[in-house]
Order: sequence, then structure tokens, then C-alpha cells
Amino acid sequence: MTTSTGDGAPTLERVDDPWVDGSLHTDAGDVPRVRTILSASDRLGSMKARWGIGRMDYRVTPGLYATGNPSAESPVLVSANYKMSFDRLRAVLHGRDAWILVLDTDGINVWCAAGKGTFGTDEIVRRVQSAALDRIVSHRTLIVPQLGAPGVSAHGVRRSCGFRVVYGPVRAADLPAFLDAGLKAQPEMRRVKFDLGDRVVLIPVEMVSGGRYALLVAAGLLLLGGLSSGGYSLAGVRTIGLTGAGLVLGAFLCSAVLGPVLLPWLPGRAFSVKGAVLGLVLIGALIAGGGLTDSRLHVAAWVFMVPTIASFIVMNFTGASTYTSLSGVVREMHFAVPAQIAGAVVGFGLWLTGLFVAGGLGL
Amino acid sequence: MRYIEDVVSLEFDEKLCNGCGMCAAVCPHAVFELVNRRASLADRGACMECGACARNCEQGAIRVRAGTGCASAVLSGMLSGGEPSCGCSGDKSKCPPDGAP
Repeated sequence: MTTSTGDGAPTLERVDDPWVDGSLHTDAGDVPRVRTILSASDRLGSMKARWGIGRMDYRVTPGLYATGNPSAESPVLVSANYKMSFDRLRAVLHGRDAWILVLDTDGINVWCAAGKGTFGTDEIVRRVQSAALDRIVSHRTLIVPQLGAPGVSAHGVRRSCGFRVVYGPVRAADLPAFLDAGLKAQPEMRRVKFDLGDRVVLIPVEMVSGGRYALLVAAGLLLLGGLSSGGYSLAGVRTIGLTGAGLVLGAFLCSAVLGPVLLPWLPGRAFSVKGAVLGLVLIGALIAGGGLTDSRLHVAAWVFMVPTIASFIVMNFTGASTYTSLSGVVREMHFAVPAQIAGAVVGFGLWLTGLFVAGGLGL
Repeated sequence: MRYIEDVVSLEFDEKLCNGCGMCAAVCPHAVFELVNRRASLADRGACMECGACARNCEQGAIRVRAGTGCASAVLSGMLSGGEPSCGCSGDKSKCPPDGAP
């Protein structure tokens, strides 16, 4: 386990980290040299973080690191202390001599930390000074990932510590080409995308974070399913309750997986609308396929509840997306949240009524 | 993919621009382009209000209500009566009030 030292001075415990391979002697002290080939445990760590396991404490100690045998002329690359960010960077630096300046971002990735300001001008200046970077390199250039720019003012860094900020590409994979081109980025390297692969890797963590609420609601319906005008019955739990729990979990899982996968093809700009459409299609397919043999009142209840659940789940995917603005999210929530509350109240009301009305009207 | 466009808060004052090109370099959605050594809004509707351009414009020619387009952050802000706060760090006390103008 690494510890944060508060200053960026090379510390002994960093040398014990498994990704460190010895150290490099400089005029300003010893700098840990990191491996550029990721180990099986690095890959396992990334996979676990994708599932939300240990994700909030997946970090490296801030400070200066080296890859290869960097000299005073070697480039300095700035990164966050989320270990996945750090691993991506060192892996693409295989076979290159470079310096890596890791900021203390509380273990948060570059883009999110920049939005919060922890990946920011002040932290860069602090780390440049505590690492005595001006004694280690002869140039005065920092390569900062482009997605750090929301937190970093390039002219502010220059004024405060004399280092010029050059924004590197969005993706670490483009860094070798950027370095080889003399710190020039092709327009494509500056664009954030949201491809199928980008969306799919986000599904697990979204599922884990929303899953506990879905389980809670499902458990609630399971227990309530035993209620009827004739008192409480386990038969009701096994039939109506189990169906309800299954539909809630099914709606949640389908939305959490199909929402991100089908995002570009679901109609509407607002994510809540995309989700509602997905939910309508799901419940429509279930009814058309004869998969819902409940009473009419309960069928009506699910026609409200499934689209409501799907709308809410897909709306929450705005936070994981790479192109939604705060103003847009506020705008869509202005109509979506009242509609979702209404859908939940009406749906749940119909469902509860169906428990007590004899035969749930007609069946 | 395009999001809701007509509510974007990005404002750019061409008269203050010195053509340094930082806005075009930092924008992840190519909202700005350089035309005749001056920045211009090429695609304002694609703006996601990350605030990178405004923070890196030394001339102060760009204004935007920067924040995170995250529904759960807006929701938690609504419930707590404050600004949208991104809780992705797992420790909300560490979040500055994102979305403040």
C-alpha cells in the first residue's frame, strides 16, 4: 500500500511499490523508476476497478517518477494518482525515457479531477516545486493531458512556476505519435469519442452503483406481494411478489446494459426520453410475447413502472457520458423528474390497488 | 451523438480574442476553430460546458457556466438544496461546488 506524503519529494516507500523498478539518481534526489510493462496484478486491478471494487482507493503516491533513463532534456508528462490513469500512461511510454509528474487528485481520474479542480493549476505548481523539477530538467515544458484542461490554466502555470503547459492528446494511446511529431496533435487526437467500447466498459460500475437500490425496491415488492384483501399470504409472495421483484430487476438490468449499448439509436436527445422509449419497448415486447400473465391492473401498473425505471436509469448515465452539458441535464431533469415521479406514483398505486381489488379486475 | 443544444451557456467575445488557439486545442468537441488567426465558434451546440476553453483563455474572451453534466450530481444538489455536486469521489465533502458560475 502506498502512502501520501503531502510533499512530492522522492520517498523510500514508493520504491517498494510493485510497479517500481529501482530508482534513478538526480541532482534533486532519487526518483523511482517505473515498469512500462503492466503486470497481471495491474490488469486485475483495472478490471476490479471497472466493477467498482476498491475503485475509490486505487491510487499511487503523488510525485515524480521516471521511465527508462531520462535526462535533463527528456519530456515531463503530468498525470493523476488514480492508478488506472497512471498505468495507461506508463504502458505507452515503453521504450521511452521520460519523467512522469503524478498529481494528488485523491485517486480520481484526470478528467473528473479536472472538473473538481483537484487536477489543477495550484496542484501542478506545488508538485513542480516540491519535486524541484527545475533542477532535474533543463527545459521548461510540461505535457498535460488535454482532459486536464478544465482544471488547469496554462498561463496560470507559466506565471506561477515558469513552466509552459502543452496539452497532449485525449487518449494515452496517441501519446507516442504526439511525442514523435514534436508535441503536435492531429485533430482526431483532440476529440473525445463515446464509441460502443467506451460505453460498454462503463456498464459494470453503473450496474454496481445502482444495483443496491434496484435490489431494495425488488425486495419491497416481493414482501408487499403477499398483501391482499384476505390478509397476508405466502402464496401471494411466491406469485405476485416474485413477478414484481423479477420485473424490477429485469427492467433495471436491461436498462443498465441496453441503455448504454443502444444509446446512439434510441430516439430523442434527452437520456430520460431515450430510457423511457427503451422501457416502453421492453414492456411492450413482454406483453406481446405473452410473458406477463398478471391481472389487468398489474399489467397497467407495469406499463407505467418499467418505462419509469428505464428512464431514470438511462438518465443517470449522463454522468458517465462524454458529451452531456450541465445546462442540458438541468433542462431535461426539469421535465423528466416530475414525469418519473408521476409514473412511479401511478404505477405503484395501480399495483397496490391490484393486490386488494378482488381478482385485480377481470382475471 | 448530440445532446440538448439550445441551452448551452457558452459565450465568446471575438473582439477580445488574440488568436492564441488554446480554446481550439483544449476543446474535446471541436466547438472552436481558428479562422484567419482568430478563434470562432464552429459548433456551439456541441459544447458540454467542461470549462477548459474559458480557463485557458488568457484574454478572458470566453464565458461558460462550467460543470458536470451528471443527473445524479444535479439530483443530489437538488436534495441537499445546494449546487450540483459530483459524488463520484465517494466523499462529497471533497467536491468543490461544481456548476457555480
